[in-house]
Amino acid sequence: MSVETLMPYDEALARYEPVLGIETHIELGTSSKMFCGCATAFGAEPNTQVCPVCLGLPGSLPVVNRAAIESTIKIGLALNCSIAEWCRFARKNYFYPDMPKNYQISQYDEPLCVEGHLDVEIEGDDGPEVHRIAIERVHMEEDTGKSLHVGGSTGRIHGADHSLVDYNRAGIPLVEIVTKPIEATGAKAPLVARAYATELRELMRALGVSDVRMEEGSMRCDVNVSLMPRGSSQWGTRTETKNVNSLRSVERSVLHEIERQAGILAGGGRIIQETRHFHEDTGSTTSGRSKEEAQDYRYFPEPDLVPVAPAGDWIEELRAGLPERPAARRARVKADWGLTDKELQDVVNAGALDLIEQTIAAGADPAAARKWWMNELSRRATALAVELAALPITAEQVARVQAMVTAGDLNDKLARQVFEGVLAGEGTPDEVAAARGLKIVSDDGALAGIIDQVIADNADAADKVRAGKVAAAGALVGAVMKATRGQADAGRARELILERLSG
Amino acid sequence: MPITRDEVAHLARLSRLALGDDELDHFAAQLDVIISAVARVQEVAAEDIPATSHALPLTNVFRPDEVRPCLTADQALAGAPAAEGDRFRVPRILEEES
Amino acid sequence: MSLTRMTAAELGELIASGETSAVEVAQAHLDRIAAVDGQVKAFLHVDPDTTLEQARGVDARRAAGEELGPLAGVPIAHKDVFTTKDMPTTAASKILEGWLPPYDATVTARLRAAGMVILGKTNMDEFAMGSSTENSAFGPSRNPWDLTRVPGGSSGGSSAAVAAYEAPLATGTDTGGSIRQPAAVTGLIGMKPTYGGSSRYGLIAFASSLDTPGPLARTVLDAALLQEAFSGHDPMDSTSIDEPVPSIVAAARNGDVAGLRVGVVREFDGEGYQPGVLARFREAVELLESLGAKVIEVSCPNFTYALPAYYLIAPSECSSNLARFDAMRYGLRVGDDGTRSAEEVMALTRAEGFGAEVKRRMMLGTYALSSGYYDAYYGKAQQVRTLIARDFDAAFEQVDVLVSPTTPTSAFELGERADDPVAMYLADLCTIPSNLAGNAAISVPCGLADEDGLPVGLQIMAPVLADDRVYRVGAAVESALADRWGGPLLAKAPEL
Repeated sequence: MSVETLMPYDEALARYEPVLGIETHIELGTSSKMFCGCATAFGAEPNTQVCPVCLGLPGSLPVVNRAAIESTIKIGLALNCSIAEWCRFARKNYFYPDMPKNYQISQYDEPLCVEGHLDVEIEGDDGPEVHRIAIERVHMEEDTGKSLHVGGSTGRIHGADHSLVDYNRAGIPLVEIVTKPIEATGAKAPLVARAYATELRELMRALGVSDVRMEEGSMRCDVNVSLMPRGSSQWGTRTETKNVNSLRSVERSVLHEIERQAGILAGGGRIIQETRHFHEDTGSTTSGRSKEEAQDYRYFPEPDLVPVAPAGDWIEELRAGLPERPAARRARVKADWGLTDKELQDVVNAGALDLIEQTIAAGADPAAARKWWMNELSRRATALAVELAALPITAEQVARVQAMVTAGDLNDKLARQVFEGVLAGEGTPDEVAAARGLKIVSDDGALAGIIDQVIADNADAADKVRAGKVAAAGALVGAVMKATRGQADAGRARELILERLSG
Repeated sequence: MPITRDEVAHLARLSRLALGDDELDHFAAQLDVIISAVARVQEVAAEDIPATSHALPLTNVFRPDEVRPCLTADQALAGAPAAEGDRFRVPRILEEES
Repeated sequence: MSLTRMTAAELGELIASGETSAVEVAQAHLDRIAAVDGQVKAFLHVDPDTTLEQARGVDARRAAGEELGPLAGVPIAHKDVFTTKDMPTTAASKILEGWLPPYDATVTARLRAAGMVILGKTNMDEFAMGSSTENSAFGPSRNPWDLTRVPGGSSGGSSAAVAAYEAPLATGTDTGGSIRQPAAVTGLIGMKPTYGGSSRYGLIAFASSLDTPGPLARTVLDAALLQEAFSGHDPMDSTSIDEPVPSIVAAARNGDVAGLRVGVVREFDGEGYQPGVLARFREAVELLESLGAKVIEVSCPNFTYALPAYYLIAPSECSSNLARFDAMRYGLRVGDDGTRSAEEVMALTRAEGFGAEVKRRMMLGTYALSSGYYDAYYGKAQQVRTLIARDFDAAFEQVDVLVSPTTPTSAFELGERADDPVAMYLADLCTIPSNLAGNAAISVPCGLADEDGLPVGLQIMAPVLADDRVYRVGAAVESALADRWGGPLLAKAPEL
């Protein structure tokens, strides 16, 4: 394999203008598959979520999952698309061992949703910059099974002795979202690509149509990149980088393709229209299947399924049920909670927006709600290597802990212990506090003896306070807290100490 | 326009049929006759005639999003030419996924 | 009368009355199969133990007081294209030899629930492609009227079984005439219900937009009873009609055509039609007139394009439907020697596992759907489909039913058309329009051709969902001809 010479990014951008196109596959989060009643749980034992339909057994027939249609329409509406009055499924014919029927039920020239857009924001040179990404189409199709390549050294397809196929994923509903060519983004092309994927993921989350976990493949991006010389309006040959599995990789794969293609073009070479694979470890892409001999998919209308003709009132019902769009929501939250752009971004990236909002709805103030989720609970989620939302604690419970703090029953240190107990499955915050005996001691009688002992043990500090150096009381309060294992009301302890030493 | 042997070889490839030279010749002759016979449909003029893909004009046939019992892995694999560890064992795959 | 000579309706009553049992009836038919199927070769799979176990189950249900339908305990032969979880299902193809499906077709399941006992799986043209059963990977079936002749196809094992009294009833599938043509050439009733009236779930697909399950029987009433037992909406088939089944059994009991307007299709006449077939057909039309029907000649000009359109649409769909037979998940696998790739194994398996007609149609369909050819072939064929439906609509403005010969000739000799696909395709000339338009059509016997003494079928076509109408006319013809002949036509068949 010849070593490719990459052109430095700035130089590449000075000479060429990138044109992007992004095809995103979203696995819908329906309970059952697209065309049969098999479950869709991720990670089930191989070939246990299959039936005659999704195995493509002779004689079986597909029946469309209504929820999948509704999700697709919702996605189309959220992307400002028009919804087709009448459309059909089509068969895309090609042979592949992980595709049970050797055709994929998809949509061809009659997609359910067409002509939309999504606005995405990036940090431009002079502040925030909005790019409108035009959406060509949103259509439905079914996923394939998964092959495990056995033998050879790498588990990759090349050099394998044989493959083992699990059809659990076959027939899971997929929505494919295809952009129109994204032009005139210049050096920001990688950022725009990433911002688009990020915004799309947020939108899918907000719609509740998919868990959009890129690492599990429930959101997969294929990124098309081509370059045209500056001053030209003739698009170049494009490559398609497949299955880019993180937002960061979307950005890096675009950057790499720009540098790689520019290097080839500058050397007098020619870009081959092909599929490429992105490698997370090196940040580079390598050649896959050449598309020089165009596939002939022999699309034709799927005779086993009848056309879909969504009635206007059905569409309007779905439109009325759409949640607030992520961009609008972010603007509102930013204003309501008084966040900076950076703080908001952190909340969004942490996947904490919903949780904080729910915690506020359950009675906590915004600052406290954000504090708990972004600090203590984020730390614990990281330690457990789970998403924030997967922690075994509800927003209502977080709000309850905060209410206990506000009421003076807990301080922050005790609150953290309550969280620990709840996450350990010891019960509700109240049950944990009761069982562990976590409650601030503010009773003067109980504190008096401890304070006397602390003053006796810390004569130096006590003398300083007596001499008017009030700051020295801090050490005494600390000692009280230590003696009570943090359960004393620190404010009350301080008052009592000052009272005692002023007399 | 007669159908050529090369075209038949292309059709065989698309249909995933490993045909020998004799078979290709045989099918080329027959397909040529058949295709000239069925080409009569082209006598039907008219842009304005809609195409019919389905015998009856049904629309919007859906099922509720409900999970139904699946086959067991043993049932799924019962007819498999080869299996290994609850998966279908297939020969090495040359081409990459589309 | 012997149990095997009785109609299904009679057998059902006899079993219900307790005069005989499902087991006795099944045994009688198994004995008949053992005696004659060596000559007729109607069955691909017979398993007496399974059959008798099912029969005992039905007798037990009845003994337990369960309310059972009119066909409970009556045996049935299933075309080997319907999945059966207790018997192999092969579609008469080597590529599926020995495959035991993990599920029942809806038709199979409903007939089991109705208490019918499965005698076995009948031969057919491979994947239902053909008009003679000569395309079966397991050898052809024979016409009980003349063992040197074909029993029609593709449901030729079913027609042979019922005509040879091996089964009182059989299921078939009709994609271009595959029930009606075999029924016609063996002297049986064969019905293609309205598309969507009978479920395709578990029917191994040939051409999805055309395939229609239907009954083969010795009487019109038996056909109606069988169709009623498996018909009705099936949520597993998206193209299934969610409407009540027309009252076909009542229609089959009431053969009245007085005042009915009968249209004779002008285009189905002339060259290519056997004189003896046309003679019997014309007599049948006169008979209808004598029974009070009003006969009108109607023109359906686009019907002449039906055959070419069919031979584009059906192969196109089959090229896709049969792609799943790839040696990966079930069925035959050839050439997997540890060195060959999946792609090579697929191509070798398919080359060896499919017969010549299947390969021909897959390649024809692949051609018709290819980029560059789609509009000129598949696209045009779909326009023809629209025109044919319009011809039917216009005709049914003027008449209540249309009639024609079912097939242009009587049963041909084995081997006669085997090397001439286009000649073979002509057998479906008159039956194909109803598949393209999806309407109901039946074939009933209307006599023997003078040239060869072989059965001739009268085809009666009615609009979509007017299945009852073809049964009403069929019953009238059946009863009038029985009077004329002194019994059913099949009684004239030679003893095996």
